[in-house]
Amino acid sequence: MIPGVPWTSDLVEVTLLSLAVSGAATAISLLIGLPIGTWLALTRFRSRHLVLSVVNTGMALPPVVAGLVVALLLWRSGVLGGLGLMYTPGAMVIAEVVIASPVVMGLTVAGLGQLDPRLHTQLQGLGASRWQTVLWLWREARLALLAGVMAAFGSVISEVGAAMMVGGNIAGQTRVLTTSIVLQTGRGEFGNAIILGLVLLTIAFMVNGVLTWAQQRGPRR
Amino acid sequence: MTRAADPVPRAPDSLPPAPDRRATPLLQVRDLVVERADRRILTVDDLSIHAGETLAIVGPNGAGKSTLLLVLAGLLRPTRGSILVEGIPLARGRELAYRRRIGLVLPAPLLLSTSVFGNVAAGLRFRGVGAAEIRERVDLWLDRLSIAHLRDRPASQLSSGEAQRTSLARALVLEPQVLLLDEPFVSLDSATRAQLLDDFERLHVGPSTTRVLVTHHLHEAVRLGDRLAVLLDGRIRQCDATDRVMASPVDAEVAAVVSAEARVRGRVVASEDGLLVVDTGAGSRQDVGVRARRLLASTHDAGASALDTGAAAFDDDGPEGVDPAGGA
Repeated sequence: MIPGVPWTSDLVEVTLLSLAVSGAATAISLLIGLPIGTWLALTRFRSRHLVLSVVNTGMALPPVVAGLVVALLLWRSGVLGGLGLMYTPGAMVIAEVVIASPVVMGLTVAGLGQLDPRLHTQLQGLGASRWQTVLWLWREARLALLAGVMAAFGSVISEVGAAMMVGGNIAGQTRVLTTSIVLQTGRGEFGNAIILGLVLLTIAFMVNGVLTWAQQRGPRR
Repeated sequence: MTRAADPVPRAPDSLPPAPDRRATPLLQVRDLVVERADRRILTVDDLSIHAGETLAIVGPNGAGKSTLLLVLAGLLRPTRGSILVEGIPLARGRELAYRRRIGLVLPAPLLLSTSVFGNVAAGLRFRGVGAAEIRERVDLWLDRLSIAHLRDRPASQLSSGEAQRTSLARALVLEPQVLLLDEPFVSLDSATRAQLLDDFERLHVGPSTTRVLVTHHLHEAVRLGDRLAVLLDGRIRQCDATDRVMASPVDAEVAAVVSAEARVRGRVVASEDGLLVVDTGAGSRQDVGVRARRLLASTHDAGASALDTGAAAFDDDGPEGVDPAGGA
């Protein structure tokens, strides 16, 4: 409890929800983005350039547009309206996955694309199966892949537009750090907003610190 | 000429016997065509590689040597034709089992970002070999290639010679049935290359492994190869025992490849007892292709530039080595 700050328990709650939503969204984005990115990096097909352009555009997707699309889908009369996810943390996770998946995908393509193309041949020449080849290529590209994880986490933890649109900033249910900052600033409670901002920065720093440590340990190139 | 019907011309049978052709070849390539972007880059009507032999493939850059090696490694699916492994065509889906019988060394070491030990152990790990056996075999081959002291060093900290030794150890530790070598010494300076070539020749003693060596260094091919295949513009122009190809190239282009290292411009002024004297002075403009055992250069006029005057004497292995028909 921080003396003089009456909403400390709320702060903990908001922080934990931020971490949960962002963590889940990053993990799901990884499950989607890593396999598709790997496939895009290692396969040559006719419309590959078009697909890569779409992915790269997705990396720059404005969060409010992602929020709008997810809101349209989850709205009571929308295609997925029956799920009743609108204004729940689940809806926020979906919107953040839409934002973060192209980031993971694009950086996976870039990371694997940077490797010497003959490395693939060499691994297979040493008797690697398809899976063993992919695992070693990921290992070789781990700097870029972990940069992708950091970028994905960074984009969702700091995201506010989509979280507001599909979450609704409902106290105790869908209120996260970023939406709280918007609210506190709107009310002129700058002190509170600053504390929330510092918490957000601290979380981002700690998570990236751990990922950077994972990225840089082990033998360098 | 009757030879024209034979897709791979052979020289007269006066030299040591070629490998037993009655046995089923370990590897055989038949009616192979590789096209890239609608351009035909490799055509091989028939090439057999017999168990235990070393086949050296020579040719200029872009001749299709590396492409042929990748096809032999089962890593490049040809546009047409197939490779037969012990007489059985390599079927789609069976490549992995075949690839685990071979070892591949590429021109660049392409080491993985782990220790030297980890690199050499990689192929054994892919094959699911137990940890104790991996340690034993890796340490044995690190020792044989004189890199045991580098065992735990990150691959990124190796010199190019050390990296290439690691790359060779990585393939040799697999004790493969077929060792496929694509310019394994090309990235090295000449002193390191000579040392590694010596070491490699010493390891070469074991008779069980079949080797295919791609190189554009003729002396490597001659030193290591039992048979020599000359590849030009995507076609095997001659494939026979190394001595026979050297002694009797089928045409001027093959001759240019196998005598490329001693081709001088000059005029033959004397030839007796295997000693050939060539005047390289101004005014003599004839190509002389020789396979010299020993090359002596001397300048008659000490005041003149050695570049445009003087004479070179070749200790040649016979007058048939002289090719005075070259360009004038």
